[in-house]
Amino acid sequence: MTAISLIPPGLPLVLGALLLPLCTARLRALLVLGLPLLVLALVWQLPAGAVLSIDFLGHELAPLSDSKLARLFATVFAIMAFAGGLFGLNHMRVAELSAAMISAGSAIGIAFAGDLVTLLVFWEALALASTLLVWSTRTPQSRDAGLRYLVLHLFGGVLLLAGIIGQVAATGSVAFTAMALDSPAQWLILAGFLINAGAPPLSAWLPDAYPEASPGGMVALSAFTTKAAVFVLLTGFPGADILIAFGLYMVFYGIVYALLENDMRRILAYSIINQVGFMIVGIGIGTEMALNGAAAHAFTHIIYKALLLMSAGSVLYMTGKRKCTDLGGLFQSMPLTAICGIIGALAISSFPLTSGFISKSMISQSAADQHLTFVWFMLVAASAGVFLHAGIKFPWFVFFQKDSGLRPPDPPLNMRLGMILFAFLCIALGAWPAPLYNLLPYPVDYAPYTYAHVISMLQLLLFSGLAFFIMLPYLKRTLTITLDWDWFYRRLLPRAACPLVRALDAWQRRCSIDTLRHISHFLGALFLYHGPQGVLARTWATGSMVLWVVILLGIYLLAYYF
Amino acid sequence: MLLANLPALQVVIPLVSAPLCLLLRNPRHAWAWSSLVSAAVLAVAVMLAHRVYTEGTISYAIGAWATPWGIEYRIDMAGAMMVLIIAAISAVVMPYARRSILHEIEYKKIALFYTCYLLCLTGLLGIIVTGDTFNLFVFLEISSLSSYVLISLGSTRRALTAAFQYLVMGTIGATFILIGVGLLYMMTGTLNMVDIAERLPAVTDTRTIRVAFAFVTVGVSIKLALFPLHIWLPNAYTFAPSVVSAFMAATATKAGVYVLLRFFFTVFGSQFSFAAMHVSEIFMLLAIAAILVASLVAVFENNVKRMLAYSSVAQIGYTILGISLASAAGVSASMIQLFNHAMIKGALFLALGCVFLRLGSVTLKDMHGLARHMPWTMAAFVAGGLSLIGVPLTAGFISKWYLISAALTAGYWPLAVLVLISSLLALVYIWRVVEAAYFNVPGASMDKIKEAPASMLIPVWLLIGVNLYVGIDANLVVSMAQQAADALIGQVLQ
Repeated sequence: MTAISLIPPGLPLVLGALLLPLCTARLRALLVLGLPLLVLALVWQLPAGAVLSIDFLGHELAPLSDSKLARLFATVFAIMAFAGGLFGLNHMRVAELSAAMISAGSAIGIAFAGDLVTLLVFWEALALASTLLVWSTRTPQSRDAGLRYLVLHLFGGVLLLAGIIGQVAATGSVAFTAMALDSPAQWLILAGFLINAGAPPLSAWLPDAYPEASPGGMVALSAFTTKAAVFVLLTGFPGADILIAFGLYMVFYGIVYALLENDMRRILAYSIINQVGFMIVGIGIGTEMALNGAAAHAFTHIIYKALLLMSAGSVLYMTGKRKCTDLGGLFQSMPLTAICGIIGALAISSFPLTSGFISKSMISQSAADQHLTFVWFMLVAASAGVFLHAGIKFPWFVFFQKDSGLRPPDPPLNMRLGMILFAFLCIALGAWPAPLYNLLPYPVDYAPYTYAHVISMLQLLLFSGLAFFIMLPYLKRTLTITLDWDWFYRRLLPRAACPLVRALDAWQRRCSIDTLRHISHFLGALFLYHGPQGVLARTWATGSMVLWVVILLGIYLLAYYF
Repeated sequence: MLLANLPALQVVIPLVSAPLCLLLRNPRHAWAWSSLVSAAVLAVAVMLAHRVYTEGTISYAIGAWATPWGIEYRIDMAGAMMVLIIAAISAVVMPYARRSILHEIEYKKIALFYTCYLLCLTGLLGIIVTGDTFNLFVFLEISSLSSYVLISLGSTRRALTAAFQYLVMGTIGATFILIGVGLLYMMTGTLNMVDIAERLPAVTDTRTIRVAFAFVTVGVSIKLALFPLHIWLPNAYTFAPSVVSAFMAATATKAGVYVLLRFFFTVFGSQFSFAAMHVSEIFMLLAIAAILVASLVAVFENNVKRMLAYSSVAQIGYTILGISLASAAGVSASMIQLFNHAMIKGALFLALGCVFLRLGSVTLKDMHGLARHMPWTMAAFVAGGLSLIGVPLTAGFISKWYLISAALTAGYWPLAVLVLISSLLALVYIWRVVEAAYFNVPGASMDKIKEAPASMLIPVWLLIGVNLYVGIDANLVVSMAQQAADALIGQVLQ
C-alpha cells in the first residue's frame, strides 16, 4: 500500500505526456482526461504528512513532501489539467497537449517538492514546457516571443540555481523551508521566484508571450507558471515585507496596461499580473488570514482566469480575430461563450456569489486587521480597477458594444463543456465556500457573506461600472501597441547583439550616449579578439606558439624562484 | 594467471593487435579486428577496475623484475577510472567508425588508420597504468606519434598542416617532459615514481628539482592544451576525421590531465607542488582565462566542430580549476569532470560526425533546418549540449555542482560565479546550433538528406544515455572519483 501511496503525483502526468505522441486519437483523449483524475486520486490518498526521501549526492532529497498547502495547489493544478485538456482536445497539437500535461505535472511536482533540488528540476521543466506551448502556434511572432520567454526564464533559473547553491553551501541542507532573507543566496532565490511570478521590472514576459499561444495553450499557460511561483513564495517567504511593495506595483501595473490594451487576450494576460499582485500582497502581509487568502485566491483565480481565457479563446478560435476593435456584438450568435465569459468576469471582479468574492476579500480584510491602512486602501481601489479592465471591459468590447457583423456559432462541444465546468465551479465556490476554506493551510475564521462586505462590494462595483460607461469614449480602443519594459530587451538588445558591431556603431552615431559607446566598444573588442578572425581564434604560426611555450616556461621558473 | 596479469594485458592486447591490423589490409576485416580488440580492452579494463575497487592499488612488476629496477605498472583508483574512460570510449567509438571512416578516409589507407588507432589506444592506456616515468614518456610518444598520423588522415589538405603543428608542439611538450624526467633521474638516480617520491625530500631544495618541475609542468600543459598552449588543439580537432576528433577529445587531453596529477601528487608531492611552487595561483589564472576566452571564441565560431574544440579548451579549464584548488574536494571534482566531459564531448563529436557523413559540412549555415531531416542526430546533439551547459538531470550538472561546491568550500565564491557565467556562454553557443538546425528554413539542397545509419546513431545515444544516467544516479562516478582523489592525495601523506 505504501508503495502505491508514495508516488509523486506529478509523475504520471509527465510520463503520460511523453506517451501521447505514440497514441491513437481515442487513447490520447482518454489519457488527457484520465491522468489528471488519477493524479487527483493520488493526491488525496496520500497519508497526511507523507514524505518520500531519496539520497542524492549526499543530500536528502524529498520529491514528495505532503502539506495542506501542497494538496491545495496540486488539487487545483489537477483540476486545471483536466479542464484545460478537455477544452484543448479538438484544436491543440499533440506536442502542445504533451507540453500542457508536462507543465501541469511539473507544477504539481513543485507543489510537493520538499527540497530545493527537486524544486529546481521541476522549475526548469515547467519553463521548457511553457516555451513549447508558446511555440506551438508556429507563427513568427510566437517563435520570437517564445525565445524571449525561454531566455528570461532560463535567466531566472540561473538566479535560482545560484541562490540554491549558496543556500546549500551556507546551511548544509537542501530542505525547502521558510527563509528569512538574511543572506545574498536567499535574495537570489527570491529573485528567481519573483521572475516567474511576473514581478517588476521583468513583468513584460507574460503579456508578451502568452497571447501568442493557441486558445487552449494560453489557458494552460495562465494557470501553472505564475501560480507555482505563488506557491513557492507562500512556502519560502511568508511575511516578507518587500513582497507587499512588489504586489502593489503589480496590481496597478496590470490595471493600467490592461486598460490601454486592445488585444483581448493581452488584456487578460495583464490581469494575471494584477491578480497575482493581490496574492503577493497577501503573502507579504503574512498573517494566517492573509496567507489563507493568498492561497484561496490562487485557487479561485486559476479557475476564473481559465474560464475567461476559454471564453476569449473560443472567440479567437471561431473568428480568428483577437483585437477588441475588430470584435463586438458576438452575444447574439455565441450566447454560451458570452454567458461563461460574463461569469468569469464577475468572478474576477469579486462579485458576491462568485468565487473571487470569497477569496480576495480575505486579503484586503487581513490588511485592515493589521492596520495597514495604505495597503488596504490601495487594494480596495484596485478592486474597482479590476472591475473596470477585466470585469466590464473584456465582455463589453467583445460581446456587446458595436455590431462587428460577425456571426460565428458557439465553439465545438468539448470547448463548451470545459467552459460550463469552470463556470459551474466559479459559482459553486462562491455560493458554498466552506469546502475550499477547509482545504486552506490554516483554520479559517472568516465569514464572507456579512451585510457590510456584500454592500460595500456592491457599492464599489456599481460606482466603477458607472465610471466605465461615463468614460466610455475615452476607453474606446484604437489600433495601438502599448510600450512596456520589454522594449528594452525586444528592441534594444537585438540591435546590440545581432549584426553586432555595425549596428552598434550606427546606434552610437545616432544617440552618442556614453554608456552605449562603451558597450559597443566592449562587444566590438570581444569580437575583434574572439571572432573567427580574432587573434584568440585564428590559426597561429607555429613559431608564435613556441614563443608562448618559452614565455610560460620563463614565468614558471620565475615564479618558482620567488 | 589471466587475472594476475591484467595490468600487462591492458597494454599488450592493443599493442600486439595493431600490426596484425596492417596485415589484414581489407578495411572491413581491419575494422572487425579493431572492434574486437576494443571490446577485449574494455573487458580487461572493467575487470581491472573491479579489482582495484575491491582490493585497492595494484602493483605489477613487468617480467617479474623487482620494482625499483624493473618497470612497475601501478594502478590505483584514479588510474582505474581513467582506464575505464578510455576503454569505454574506444569500445563505443569502434562500431561507429566503420561507416564514418569509409566515408572520410581513402579506401587504401583505412587499414593504416585502424593500426594507428590501436597504437594510439595502447599509448593512452600505457600512460595511465605505468608507474615508471621514462616508460610514461615512451607511451606518451606512442600515443602522440600515432595521433599525428590519425589527424593527418582528415579529408581536407588543411589536416596536414594541423597535424604538423600538433607534431611540432607535441614534440616540444614531450621533450620538456623528458628533460624534466632526466633532471629528476639526475638528482634521485631512479625512474620509478614511488621511488622518486621517497628520495625527493632529501634534494627538494635544489635548483635542479625546481627546473625539472617547471619543464614537466609546461610540457604536460602543452599535451593537455592548457591555455595559452592550446593553439594546436582547435585545428587538430577541426580537421581530423570525425571519429578521431571524438576519440581524442574524450581521451587524449584527459590522459594529459592524469599525467599532471601523477607528477604533482605522486612524484613531487602536493606539499612541494602547491605550497612551494605556487602552481595553484598560476593554474587558477590560466584556467579562468581558458574558460572565458575559449567560451567566447566558441560563441562567435561558425564551424561547429571548431566550436566544440574551443569548448573543449574551456572544459579543460574547469578540470584545471578543480586541481588548482589543491583540495580533496577539488581533485575529485576534476576527476568527475574528466569522466563526464569524456561522455559529453564524445557524444557531441560523434553526433557531429553523423552530420558530416550526410551533409559533408559542419558549418552553421549549411545546417539550417537540419533537424527535420536528421531528427535523432540533432536530438542527441541537443541532449549532449544540455549536459555541456550543465542542466539538472544531466552529467554536466553533476560536475559543475561538485566544482562549485569545491570552490565555495575553499572560499573562492567568485569562481562559482565564473562557472555560472561560462555556463551561460555555453548556452549561447549551443543555442546557435539549435537555432540553425531547428528554427531556420532548410534550403533546397537539404531534401535528399537522410537520417544517419543506426550503426552510428546507437553509439551516440549510448553516450547520451550515460549522460542522463549519471545525471540521475551519480553515486558510482562520484564514489570512484572521491576514491581516486584520496588515492592521489593520500599517497603523498603516507
